[in-house]
Amino acid sequence: MSKYSLDYLDHLESEAIHIFREVAGQFERPALLFSGGKDSITLVQLALKAFRPGKFPFPLVHIDTGHNFPEALAYRDELAKTIGEKLIVRNVEDTIKAKHLTEPKGKFASRNALQTYTLLDTIEEFKFDACIGGARRDEEKARAKERIFSVRDEFGQWDPKLQRPELWNTYNGRISKGENVRVFPISNWTELDVWNYIRREKIELPSIYFSHERDVIDHEGQLVAVSDFIKLDPTDKVLRKKVRYRTVGDMTCTAAVESHASNIDDIISEITATKTSERGETRIDDKVSEAAMEDRKKNGYF
Amino acid sequence: MDLLRFITAGSVDDGKSTLIGRLLYDSKSIMIDQLAAIEKQSKNKEQGEIDLALLTDGLRAEREQGITIDVAYKYFSTPKRKFIIADAPGHIQYTRNMVTGASTADLAIILIDARNGVVEQTRRHSIITSLLNIPHVVVAINKMDLVDYSQDVYNNIVIDYAEVAKSLGLKDVTYIPISAVFGDNIVEKSPKMSWFEGASLLHFLESVEVDKDINLTNPRFPVQYVIRPQTDDLHDYRGYAGKVISGIYRKGDAITVLPSGQTSTIKAIEHNGKEVDEVFAPQSAILHLEDDIDISRGDVIAKSDDLPKTTQELDVVLCWMDNKPLVTGNKYLLQINSRVVRSVVKEIEYRLDVNTLQKTEATSAALNDVIKVKIKTASPVPYDSYSELRENGGAILIDETSHVTVGACMIQ
Repeated sequence: MSKYSLDYLDHLESEAIHIFREVAGQFERPALLFSGGKDSITLVQLALKAFRPGKFPFPLVHIDTGHNFPEALAYRDELAKTIGEKLIVRNVEDTIKAKHLTEPKGKFASRNALQTYTLLDTIEEFKFDACIGGARRDEEKARAKERIFSVRDEFGQWDPKLQRPELWNTYNGRISKGENVRVFPISNWTELDVWNYIRREKIELPSIYFSHERDVIDHEGQLVAVSDFIKLDPTDKVLRKKVRYRTVGDMTCTAAVESHASNIDDIISEITATKTSERGETRIDDKVSEAAMEDRKKNGYF
Repeated sequence: MDLLRFITAGSVDDGKSTLIGRLLYDSKSIMIDQLAAIEKQSKNKEQGEIDLALLTDGLRAEREQGITIDVAYKYFSTPKRKFIIADAPGHIQYTRNMVTGASTADLAIILIDARNGVVEQTRRHSIITSLLNIPHVVVAINKMDLVDYSQDVYNNIVIDYAEVAKSLGLKDVTYIPISAVFGDNIVEKSPKMSWFEGASLLHFLESVEVDKDINLTNPRFPVQYVIRPQTDDLHDYRGYAGKVISGIYRKGDAITVLPSGQTSTIKAIEHNGKEVDEVFAPQSAILHLEDDIDISRGDVIAKSDDLPKTTQELDVVLCWMDNKPLVTGNKYLLQINSRVVRSVVKEIEYRLDVNTLQKTEATSAALNDVIKVKIKTASPVPYDSYSELRENGGAILIDETSHVTVGACMIQ
């Protein structure tokens, strides 16, 4: 190895910083979609590297379903304060009331799909022309086909058959009025890359990523946290388990995994050894159909 | 651990998706739930074995039609390397998708069906590989199981392909006989082809040297963004943010800003928030200059002793990517790295047949056509020849009215 060789994480980091700066250079009103999950936390770290000692040329925007883990919300507020950047929160609850939306029914009624309405309203409210998100291509096969600069029409829809060719590291962010672009700086990262980067950069995470005791029910092999947001059946057995979360979404649609991993090293060992994909293990909402994600993205989802 | 980006060229019939599925499967990058999903679908197709090809086709239309339409990116790692696969379609009507996938690849795997040998499609994929200047080529001669693992079949294909490689000037070509379905010579050397002396495909992908492909001799730094905090303690701070696309920059280097031609010296370099003495490709950095000169996004900071060419007349090999045809005299935006200029396609010299390399006269170009054109730009463009420095010789054309990317330019 010469002294001019870079580790794969350095390659990925530089690529992501380059993408962040392209957003800053090409758009008038970008935003960083922040969920409090590890991927968007990684985005914040990369944005710090791209723009410090300057301020971010965009606010952090959180679309709050009202079903979030309290630990993730506390982390979000603390992070925005520490780095001194603007945080905009918009609530799905408000959209439901204002637009008379119907909440999904059922045991794990998830507001995941309703988020799209609040997101599109927020984009309109602030006239955002680019929304930076933490989606990765390894997550799901529809995402594997999505561009780094992904153009959405005024309804937020993704048309997989009409994607712009994206060549070299040249990103075309030109759009017509009403359109916007979703930008994914960590498209080429895998789950393990994100964890290795978090370890290398010593990034702090919300506590739910580490092993803790929690009341859960076993739903077809997936452990779902007992909370105000899910309805327990009389047959449900509440179990007290040592768990951690591999992804952080809504409490209604994110499952925990049994784990004693209390630090990053242990988590990385577990993920390296695991035999189930991140979304397969922890997302209840992707199992509906083979093309669940493709359909949601077409409708304006991240 | 470093990084290798490669493209696989071939159609479903060549076993491209099966090969990718095999690499992912054998490197244990496929998870149980993903496997369960494809097992279910494989049974739908009434096939005995699981159909590894199903792992890669991501869109509903692709699964329905059983073909790859768009580029999909797939990831796997071994202890030595992280790999990014651009899985691109092979049919001629998806040439633009293959060009897209090829643009970032360090290596191309060209699949040949051992029963058919070098065919039209092989030539097309090789021509695109050569146009996009992909540094390394692996010719994977697949379906060896269907030709009794015959060394003669392999040798004849190698002789035929060597002709193609020579005519295209492909430099680094490696031949590997494989069976993607049975995993022969994919991860482990196959005992059925003990006559083959080379490495298995995965072993080759792990060991092919790609560090040297990064140009460290011609420093180019396109400015993406100017950082000016304008706070009380940093009111004089002015940093030029960008990525070193090639070469090395050191504190004290004499630089020239292009296209303006202003000169200065590097006062300081920041990398990841720390002051450093040097930065090199492909690191992102912030440069500070001794003099207060006018620099903005789209300018290139080059070292004064090694300047790129600057011109308003470009000779370009262009792959047309839009459904609407190219018409000479039309105006487009030309984007090279962070620089965007108005441009006009002055004349088409010829059309290149991507199956035969034959040149024919042309006055317009349709989707997937590869043509040689002269482009005039409204303001000067600093560039390098694509064949010498990929990072500063590739540009895109954008339709000003639809905003769509309509062309890929390899500047001559």
